Amino acid sequence: MHGPIGRPAYGVLQPEDLSVASRRRFLKAGTFMFGFAVLARAGKAAAQSQGEEPSLRAITPGGPESGAAFNGFAPGGFIRIPSEGKITFIIPSTEMGQGIYTGEAMLLSEELEVTLDQVEVVPAPPNELLYSQPILKSQATGGSTSTRGAWGPLRQAGAAARTMLIAAAAQRWNVAPDTCFADQGRVYCRANGQSLPYGALVQAVRSQPVPKDVPLKKPGQFKLIGRSLQRVDTPSKVNGTAVFGIDVKVPEMKIAAIEICPAQGGRLRSMEDRGARNVPGVVDVLRIDNAVAVVADHFWAAKKGLEQLDLRWDFAGHEKVSTERIFADLKHASENGKPILGRELGDADKAMDDAHSRVEAVYELPFLAHATMEPMNTTVHVRPDGCDIWVGTQAPTAVQGAAAKTLGIPPEQVMVHNHLIGGGFGRRLVAESVVQAVQFARQVPYPLKVIQTREQDIRHDLFRPAYYDRIAAGLGPNGLPVVLTDRITGGSVLGSYLPTGLPDGTLDTDAVEGADRTPYSIPAVRVDWVRRDPPIKVNWWRGVGPAHNVYVVESFLDECAHSVGRDPVDYRRAMLKDNPRSRRVLDIAARRAGWGTPLPPRTGRGVSLHDSFGSHLALVCEVHVTPAGEVQLRRLVAAIDCGQTVNPNSVQAQIEGGVLFGMSAALYNAVTIQEGQVEQSNFNDYRQLRINETPPIEVHIVQSTEDPGGVGEAGTVSAAPALANAIFAATGVRLRRLPIDYGALMEKDAGKRVIAPPALALGLGAAALAWSGDKGAEA
Amino acid sequence: MKGSRLKRFGLIALIVASLLLVAAIAFFAWPAKLEAVAPSPGQPTGRALVEKGRYLATAADCVACHSTPNGEPFAGGLAFKLPFGTIYSSNITPDPKNGIGAWSDAEFVRAVRHGVRNDGQQLYPAFPYTAYTHMSTDDVLAIRAYLNTLRPVNQAVAVNQLSFPFNQRYLMRAWKLLFMPKQPLRPDPNQSAEWNRGAYLVEGAGHCAECHTPRNLLFGLKSGQKFAGATTQGWKAYNLTSDPETGIGDWSVDELTRYLATGHTPGRGAAAGSMGEAVSLSLSRLTPQDLRAMAVYLKTIPAKPGTPGSKINPNPPLMTASTAFAPVRAEVGPDAMGLRIFEGACASCHGWDGSGLHSPYGALRGAQTVNDPEATNLVQVILHGSEISTPQGGASMPSFGRAYNDAEIAAVANYVLGHFGGKAATVTPERVAKARREGE
Amino acid sequence: MTTILINGEAREVDVPPDMPLLWVLRDVVGLTGTKFGCGIAQCGACTVHVDGKPARSCVLPVSAVGNRNVTTVEAVGGTEIGRKVQEAWLDVEVVQCGYCQSGQIMSAAALLGRNPAPDDAAIDAAMSGNICRCATYPRIRAAIKRAAGLPAETV
Ligand code: FES
Ligand code: FES
Repeated sequence: MHGPIGRPAYGVLQPEDLSVASRRRFLKAGTFMFGFAVLARAGKAAAQSQGEEPSLRAITPGGPESGAAFNGFAPGGFIRIPSEGKITFIIPSTEMGQGIYTGEAMLLSEELEVTLDQVEVVPAPPNELLYSQPILKSQATGGSTSTRGAWGPLRQAGAAARTMLIAAAAQRWNVAPDTCFADQGRVYCRANGQSLPYGALVQAVRSQPVPKDVPLKKPGQFKLIGRSLQRVDTPSKVNGTAVFGIDVKVPEMKIAAIEICPAQGGRLRSMEDRGARNVPGVVDVLRIDNAVAVVADHFWAAKKGLEQLDLRWDFAGHEKVSTERIFADLKHASENGKPILGRELGDADKAMDDAHSRVEAVYELPFLAHATMEPMNTTVHVRPDGCDIWVGTQAPTAVQGAAAKTLGIPPEQVMVHNHLIGGGFGRRLVAESVVQAVQFARQVPYPLKVIQTREQDIRHDLFRPAYYDRIAAGLGPNGLPVVLTDRITGGSVLGSYLPTGLPDGTLDTDAVEGADRTPYSIPAVRVDWVRRDPPIKVNWWRGVGPAHNVYVVESFLDECAHSVGRDPVDYRRAMLKDNPRSRRVLDIAARRAGWGTPLPPRTGRGVSLHDSFGSHLALVCEVHVTPAGEVQLRRLVAAIDCGQTVNPNSVQAQIEGGVLFGMSAALYNAVTIQEGQVEQSNFNDYRQLRINETPPIEVHIVQSTEDPGGVGEAGTVSAAPALANAIFAATGVRLRRLPIDYGALMEKDAGKRVIAPPALALGLGAAALAWSGDKGAEA
Repeated sequence: MKGSRLKRFGLIALIVASLLLVAAIAFFAWPAKLEAVAPSPGQPTGRALVEKGRYLATAADCVACHSTPNGEPFAGGLAFKLPFGTIYSSNITPDPKNGIGAWSDAEFVRAVRHGVRNDGQQLYPAFPYTAYTHMSTDDVLAIRAYLNTLRPVNQAVAVNQLSFPFNQRYLMRAWKLLFMPKQPLRPDPNQSAEWNRGAYLVEGAGHCAECHTPRNLLFGLKSGQKFAGATTQGWKAYNLTSDPETGIGDWSVDELTRYLATGHTPGRGAAAGSMGEAVSLSLSRLTPQDLRAMAVYLKTIPAKPGTPGSKINPNPPLMTASTAFAPVRAEVGPDAMGLRIFEGACASCHGWDGSGLHSPYGALRGAQTVNDPEATNLVQVILHGSEISTPQGGASMPSFGRAYNDAEIAAVANYVLGHFGGKAATVTPERVAKARREGE
Repeated sequence: MTTILINGEAREVDVPPDMPLLWVLRDVVGLTGTKFGCGIAQCGACTVHVDGKPARSCVLPVSAVGNRNVTTVEAVGGTEIGRKVQEAWLDVEVVQCGYCQSGQIMSAAALLGRNPAPDDAAIDAAMSGNICRCATYPRIRAAIKRAAGLPAETV
């Protein structure tokens, strides 16, 4: 799974990269841009390579038309060393909260021998040639691949640059390079005791040959990697200066509120806009095939204008779409459809026939919205000679390509200014909202910022698919599975994502990931997939395939363990003889969580385990289920082996956030559709976990020198199964459908009981007051 | 419970209806009278007439019932779910086929004041002609003139779905005999002109009694309990009599006027549900003089007891002991599901001290809704949210019914009841389930 | 023309009275630190201080502000408490995507302004209206305690 080192994946140094002409070639495709670090000090001429155009034109009115041409050292796509001032790192992955600016900067810094406070980071412009990521094979951020993909190439890039700087200094001092070393942005000579800052070498270094396959540091030699360094993107996020896509300001920009046809696939039939145009501040009303936009000086006027529109939609038959029908259809397809094989190991049918006992179950998972904290938005300026797009995207080249296609112009004419992302979770891997914004913006001469209301954002999200899975196991005499079969039925995310689609009969590996390979040794396995694309668009969602499949497999293995009266941790451990890394995290999580120690009534612990994204993660969840069916999270304990950690604190943060993100969905979320329309709209009906529902969470990280695994999504994958297993332990109720159905967890007769804490049920709270004697929790 | 009442109702209705049938075939078969109508000399004409009609149509809140939420105004189609079936409001735009474009003025006046369709068929009293019968011919003609200016909407409305015998329109003649006011309202010379104007608006166009008076088994208003409060489609219309405990006895005319105009009065809470809609679409658009007149009249309605135990507690101990931003410590604990939901979803707007943090509409102190021990509207407003928009501004509350289950809604309703009303918790998950069904 | 006091400065704005303060700040005054998350007071991303008290600017009509002082995340660091909160936020490394954090910080600073030593219940009461989709909640709790100089008993 790890990117081959040496392959020019990222902009790994190549001699031609250093020639001005080739840089021009690269950079013509997508102009150099500056992200938050520079925006915070807009106007400052930042490091730019010769020939690279400045991109701040549109962001800083009256700013220098062309920043001083960059005269420093620009080895490849990632590093810009000026003769004075800070070094700039061009970070290939998008920052959406996972700390990747810091992590990738650490990889570069480690080998370049600089400290993080000597550098600034900027997001990479769209340029597949320079920034295509080796695992995803495109310039995109997702699938917990960033650190894994960058691990080799970025360190190589840093090491090569360092080697060249040392060589340049050695040449100047007339000493052998191996008498020199680099540290904190300077080259030192052991022989003569002299030193030079990198900045002083930027001219000399250009004539140095580019080294190939520089040996990289061994784990014991790391100065930065493995340390919890402070993140580089956070200071601006605590003082309000960080610029997310939604915060972009461009001169002459107008702001649009939009309404999209309530039923996906429908179109606008007619619009009466007189009322909207009369709203003060409204400047335009625009329409495209399936949406309208009211443009105004500010969003409020636009939104008020939108409310004044009289819109008639043509649902074009899509009003027949409902989640009920979709699930009935999935069930039918599961039972009658033609499966595509995901993985076959051994003879599953025979093993099933020979098994000592059999367990089987059906699991159902709902459509899910991303509900990123930052609602979808795009700012577009379509000019006669091209187009500028300011947006936070996980896939800059996809945005560029989609916009170019919409406008019928070459991609080079589309400049994508990538921004910080207020939550990606997969939502911002697709460019459909950008295309829509471009369709509106091409109708007007001014830059147009399109902001979706939360309601539009949720209703017109592209959802994680719903699934209907039939899983079965044959158990041996010792109770352990001798065979596992899983028939997965659902839509193809990859098919929806790829511009070319996925041909029928082809396996979408995402659909089976997490079920096809489990951490366990099971002699016979058959995992197959019936493709049934729903009548609505689907998309990646945090945790991708494993977030769906691991819930099913790990819940089901719990069922198997209970069916033979075995402890769920012991049962799993017995299947992990060949997987020491997984066994270790399972043991750590169980021990730290006090697995097996007594708990109060209706309280239980559940465990989940998986190997996804190159990491091994065990989670123990402890819940209490009240008589009314309320599920209270009491404690979460995770143990992860993700190989070499780059920034342990970021790993911990990703696991904490990822687990809770998964809990939020498992507890509360399902997108449902009636008459073609999404029924959820905002946080009042698409509920999110809040701080008062959040339990203490511990993350134990196993020290390891294996190559790094992905962590951004691992926690999300663990959440639902650990939760469902804990609920079973607490109540004996097995929930095979998400989200958690509180109603099924209610004690008998609880429906007839008044739901109130004793103090209030007794009356008026006066008693409670007398008991507590205090005057307000904060008095 | 609902079923047995329904059956009883059906049975009695049948008996009554059959008796009347046998006794007075002629009574039913006789063609409806159509009286000629003419405006009085004082009736304005032209634009002034249309304007007068628009105002009165607003006062009568025609649009509320004769439109669907996303439909064309006045084109009808709103469903009224009654125990014996569903009735749909009619299209009253001037469309000749589906609307009332082909009706004569006399037919229109007869329909509004006597509940008879242009073809002589009886109208169901979901159309409040028992109130509109008090309106003057001039006023009804003015409304007609206004409706004539609307864009004709060529849109048929759904056919009523009523079970036998309720689908027999002629039976409404018997119903009217029982429940139609014997004569239109006459001005009371012993009262001020203001009072008389208020009476005319409240009893006539405003049709306040329709919601605020309980109904008997035949769906007629219980005259003995007029204005004492009633529950319709899961929402409660509160006691409008001068009962000091459960009615508006301790409201001042100013407070009442303000409530009608804005849907809110400090220390009295905010209107929601149908009352919120009545304020948004109708009351807030009336003149201050008319609203005041209505208040003056309402204040003179003799006291009748309403829901027992619903006396407003303006200073319940838990609320009083809390600050705007934090509850009293005693409320916190592992059992406090209601509090937890409140602090996540509700406290940002309502606060804990009852004052409302961003808008006076969010103030819960003194609101009837949080003091009704049955928590009828409280549960509905949590489930379905609420919206008021007046020319002076407004407020809205989102609906929470989709994200929170019955036990959770019960918990947060009980919490609010205890904290802001000082009332004992009464809401069970089953009650919430029932409220969901009724409020739909 | 309405005059509002923002971060100690009087600003003249030509906006309708019912326009929520959020859009005045973001689109008229140009202070984009205050975020739009839901528009219905459910997420807290838009939290500002009005005379030191937390308010959801997405539902607060600009006309309701009157002559009270509005403080946004851009200026909260100018107060002792705001500075401590921001420092604690960095020390504890609370932030992930950061989009909710302006609102979190404003809610936390308001909390510490009225309660210098909040316990878990007080933190819940003050912070439960702020959603974080990255779920940085455990660290928010820890950072508030750190800013308050309290020992952090949880991770
Ligand atoms: S944007 Fe104001 S609370 Fe969400
Ligand atoms: S940090 Fe991303 S939403 Fe809170």
